[in-house]
Amino acid sequence: MKTLTTTAALAVTLYAGAAYAEINACLITKTDTNPFFVKMKEGATQAAEAKGINLSTFAGKYDGDVETQVAAVETCIASGAKGILITPTDSRALVPSITQARDAGAIVIALDTQFEPADAADATFATDNFKAGELIGEWARAKMGADAANAKIALLDLSASEVSVDYQRDNGFLQGFGIDIKDPTDIGDEDDPRIVGNDVTNGSSDGGRTAMENLLQVDPDINLVYTINEPAAAGAYEALKSFGKDQGVTIVSVDGGCPGIQDVAAGVIGATSMQFPLLMASKGIEAIAQFAETGEKPKNTEGLDFYNTGVELVTDQPVEGVPSISSEEAMAKCWG
Amino acid sequence: MSDQTMPPRKGQDYEQVLDGSATEVAAFERRNETVLKRIQHILHNNPTLVPVVVLLISLLVFGLIAGGRFFSAFNLSLILQQVSIIGILAAAQSLIILTAGIDLSVAAIMVLMSVIMGNLAVFAGVPTFFAILAGLAGGVGAGLMNGWFITKVRLPPFITTLGTWSIFYALLLWLSGAQSIRGQDIDTNAPFLKFFGQSFDIAGARITLSSILMIVIFVVLWYMLNKTAWGRHVYAIGDDKEAADMSGIRTDRTLLSVYGVAGFVCALAGWASIGRVGSISPQSFYEGNLDSITAVVIGGISLFGGRGSILGALFGALIVGVFRSGLRLSGVDVLWQVFAIGWLIIIAVAIDQWIRRISA
Repeated sequence: MKTLTTTAALAVTLYAGAAYAEINACLITKTDTNPFFVKMKEGATQAAEAKGINLSTFAGKYDGDVETQVAAVETCIASGAKGILITPTDSRALVPSITQARDAGAIVIALDTQFEPADAADATFATDNFKAGELIGEWARAKMGADAANAKIALLDLSASEVSVDYQRDNGFLQGFGIDIKDPTDIGDEDDPRIVGNDVTNGSSDGGRTAMENLLQVDPDINLVYTINEPAAAGAYEALKSFGKDQGVTIVSVDGGCPGIQDVAAGVIGATSMQFPLLMASKGIEAIAQFAETGEKPKNTEGLDFYNTGVELVTDQPVEGVPSISSEEAMAKCWG
Repeated sequence: MSDQTMPPRKGQDYEQVLDGSATEVAAFERRNETVLKRIQHILHNNPTLVPVVVLLISLLVFGLIAGGRFFSAFNLSLILQQVSIIGILAAAQSLIILTAGIDLSVAAIMVLMSVIMGNLAVFAGVPTFFAILAGLAGGVGAGLMNGWFITKVRLPPFITTLGTWSIFYALLLWLSGAQSIRGQDIDTNAPFLKFFGQSFDIAGARITLSSILMIVIFVVLWYMLNKTAWGRHVYAIGDDKEAADMSGIRTDRTLLSVYGVAGFVCALAGWASIGRVGSISPQSFYEGNLDSITAVVIGGISLFGGRGSILGALFGALIVGVFRSGLRLSGVDVLWQVFAIGWLIIIAVAIDQWIRRISA
């Protein structure tokens, strides 16, 4: 009898424990300033609430702030997190930290940016950035038609450190346009005479403007401009306008932020590749819930070493052979 | 009348021996003075000379390497336009550095005020003129806040502005929701915000109003620093605050006013940046703080305060712009542009130290 009550009490305790033990999870983003990550945080928070997961969020102070992210991972391990979603600010430097987290029994999922090696994390949910570049490249070539042979191309990249998203988008665009990219992890090693030059923007509109001005000084006849993201594209457009060249020059970009989509509608940007930070976040939370329940881990998209959350071309001047959606349709899906 | 025709008066008899003595004004002996020493002397007396010479040499060198594309009126005016925002920030930074302080929050104040102007004028429907006034007043307020912590709470400028940098930055992210205000929205609702983006052409050069604003700010501040009592007090405080205090300068009040003026200049930069960038982006000018300090240092203004001309910062900003443009047009990779600017800073400070050694 006595044993029975003890067992019953124990069972009740265990049951109550299971009911009240919330699943702890962490989201660690690169910064709190980029609308992309702000939106990612919103998406993760909503999905976590729906799943009853207790989510703590962390962010680096600036792009490249490894220390803060390492500290965040340590905090997560200490709090007994069941899963960590992270956009590594440095693909290599954070590998030891997340290995510790995995050893402590957490599932680690990279969002947006892959680790090097990619299998350092349990899974990656990301945009195929090379594909994103390829789409705008193919679009630009189809739109220029026969003139593509005489294109004069300006490439407005991210930064001198050439991180993966930077070279993937840049080289994807060039490949889509039909230019021999040589080393796919190197920016600026191409020798096609149609390329006027590369410059860096830090992904901001002031950087975009200055970089565009500099390249226009190299060759005033530039007629196709690739930009790393939409703020840089807006800056490039201002520079073109001040040079009296806002007509007849095509700007392409990547991101899918709402101001960028509005710029597509206004004709400032010819086409942009939209990515889906909300999807990355909600998929990530789902994967953690799944792992907590069954121990099952998500699988990669076939042929890739990550799970592709998709990319869509947004343009109001669709071309044959490149599937796209209009800016109006895109407004419903844009982030930020 | 007859005085004029009189021969030069000879002295008394006992004075006549003086004719054989030295007639020069009393001076230190200049024994063994090498050319280098003399240059050091000249530079000590004219601290702006170094940046001017460097600017001229770099113009010449890049003119030779990159040719007409670089040395055209259009490109030179473009450089002037490209440095205008950082130049204005450097003017504010110079004021602070002349008092032996440093301001890490200048760019945050600038972007915060441009966001305030944009939010009020574009979204809240406030008449643009008042939105700009609010931004400018906010700039003064932000500067005075820095000044208050430094003079009344006695915090070091570095710590204070390190803190307010984060505070202003967080505020601007909150106010903007980390979102850009698009250029097209500004054009339709508040085109006056882009006032300083306008330009006109003279003889192949394109002069932008923001470049003119930058030069006007430098001239006005130069006048205030050199021709008014306030300006001399600023130098005195930077040189030796205690001595300035003892000679009756109300150092705290002057310091407070310096930070207020700097905040105002930052807000002006914020207004001008809307014209330059075309949109209002909370992510822009993240490195503006350091870029402004770079311009000041290359301009030969001593980080130890009290020495250097504010015009040096203008030349410093121009040197950075000339290097960026020249290296770009010569086809040099971005990485080496960063490398070159780094060396410029080291060399500028080394020269400053060498010049200072003259008094030792």
